[in-house]
Amino acid sequence: MSDETRTTYKAESPALEAWRMFRRNIPALVGVVLLTVIILATLYGTFFYTGDPFEIVWAPHEPPGVTPEFPLGTDYLGRDIIAGMLTGGGPTLAVGAVAAAITMGIGIAMGALAGYYGGWVDNLLMRVTEFFQVLPALLFAMVLVTLLSPSLFTIAFAIGVVSWPQTARLTRAEFLKIKNLEYVTAARAIGARDKRIIWTVILPNALPPLIVSATLTVGVAILFEAGLSFLGLGDPNVMSWGLMIGANREYILDAWWPVTFPGLAIFFTVFAVSLIGDGLNDAFNPKLRER
Amino acid sequence: MTASFLLRRIGYGLLLMLGVVVLNFLLIRLAPGDPAVVIAGEMGGATEEMLESIREEYGLNKPLVVQLGIYVGNVLTGNLGESFFFNQPVATLIAQRILPTILLVVTAQVLSILIGVFLGVLAARKPNGVMSAFVSVFATIGYAVPVFWTGIMLIILFASVLPIFPVEGMQSVKLRDANLFVQMLDILHHLALPAFTLAIIYLAQYARLSRASMLEVLGSDYIRTAKAKGASQRTILFKHALRNAALPILTVAGLQFGNLISGALLVETVFNWPGMGRLAFDSILRRDYPTIMGVLFFASAMVVIANILTDMSYRLADPRLRGKG
Repeated sequence: MSDETRTTYKAESPALEAWRMFRRNIPALVGVVLLTVIILATLYGTFFYTGDPFEIVWAPHEPPGVTPEFPLGTDYLGRDIIAGMLTGGGPTLAVGAVAAAITMGIGIAMGALAGYYGGWVDNLLMRVTEFFQVLPALLFAMVLVTLLSPSLFTIAFAIGVVSWPQTARLTRAEFLKIKNLEYVTAARAIGARDKRIIWTVILPNALPPLIVSATLTVGVAILFEAGLSFLGLGDPNVMSWGLMIGANREYILDAWWPVTFPGLAIFFTVFAVSLIGDGLNDAFNPKLRER
Repeated sequence: MTASFLLRRIGYGLLLMLGVVVLNFLLIRLAPGDPAVVIAGEMGGATEEMLESIREEYGLNKPLVVQLGIYVGNVLTGNLGESFFFNQPVATLIAQRILPTILLVVTAQVLSILIGVFLGVLAARKPNGVMSAFVSVFATIGYAVPVFWTGIMLIILFASVLPIFPVEGMQSVKLRDANLFVQMLDILHHLALPAFTLAIIYLAQYARLSRASMLEVLGSDYIRTAKAKGASQRTILFKHALRNAALPILTVAGLQFGNLISGALLVETVFNWPGMGRLAFDSILRRDYPTIMGVLFFASAMVVIANILTDMSYRLADPRLRGKG
């Protein structure tokens, strides 16, 4: 048989297909570029621009663009704002990522067990979920952080503990949808145990909506961390964007720049994350694209 | 709507609230150190006498289960403890602060639903039009802006550039003795910026949601029937379609209430609005646990009540659910 007659059509894997869709989504790519720039700036920015964000280096409230050494000006104590912007992003992004991981971890475990086993397990876990949804998240997180004393990890932990219910509900819904499909029955027929069915048969197929949700959770967690730091409940020894806004809050009518720049940084970070989330959503659900 | 459904719903709500009380109790025990010192507040500089009276009141020398019983009993009889920082019963403190918070949260909710749904309906008329693009972009931006920062930016704008709204507090000092009507107008005037700040995030979400929900409904048969019989576009959009598209919006509105209270906490702090969020902030900074626990209790109660109201309105809005247990 010659090569010309043998045309095989290789089935495209779902992940590859999603990537192909994602690649053509311009807003999503803008999000990826934006987020990459922000991450690189917070990771390596301090190599090029050295400066202690807590150190008083100049007169207070130097407006941006006046003194070449301090392009974004100084805050109410005379601390360099660029130094704060570059060092303050790392903690925010790290807390956002860790908090989202904790959220997804608790949420997926609760939702998977509830959805898979049903019956009293489902009943119990869903009551617990409802209980956590009744507690106003930010307030509960504030209480937890205060009790555990603020550090980057306790903040991430508190955000995770208060944010998982939505993930649990989403996971449960996916499990309910998938658990009676034929390939799950087939897996059971060949003798797979519950644990195996839950984690290696159902979960991988429930992943697309969970990935989208994880992305959006990172955005929410970043906003959460910013809110807590703004209220003065962050780690006081770590500079963060929220802390910069909170510290300069009393002087906003004298100087707009110390609060405006960190706020823009938070906004662009979450904006980038949500563009990526929307892009992933479109990529995984091509049918929903017109909406 | 059946009475039994309502009763069951309220009973379940009470159970959830009992859970919140138990959680509060556990949280105080979780705090490192002597619980009596924790209750008195770290900044209190409590005397040994005060600590002894706290131990007596909360039964801190008794077994844990008895302590829990005493705590639950106290809350049930309306005794939320004493704030040693404010030197007032917690119940009194919250009674002073709860109405401003309800006013802020409900106004923000109503504003965001009304404006959001209106924008969403307009956008749904042309799925690929300018309005649709605007709603999508606006929703993404609204999701990404930290609410406290929006508030600060609005304060800068309205304090220095366009001073038409007050940027702080709930009432003007000079109007404290004016007649009731003038005072109410004054409060509304102060409410404008905080309520709008809080509404912006949710407004964007409602716009996006109602656009999607409307698009789904607009493709259905009864809309085609309405068009065929010659109904005007406005009748079709607002009467036939919106009524059916409203259910998902209602669901989200109910779920959103807890987030709204979280947002109110930040907005109240930014605008010095004298509500429960501001109280929570002040008491957390002073480690005033009785007050913090009281706020957590009442804020959760507000969410429970909002959920019950949502469930009820859901049943009123969807005739298919009526009469079902």
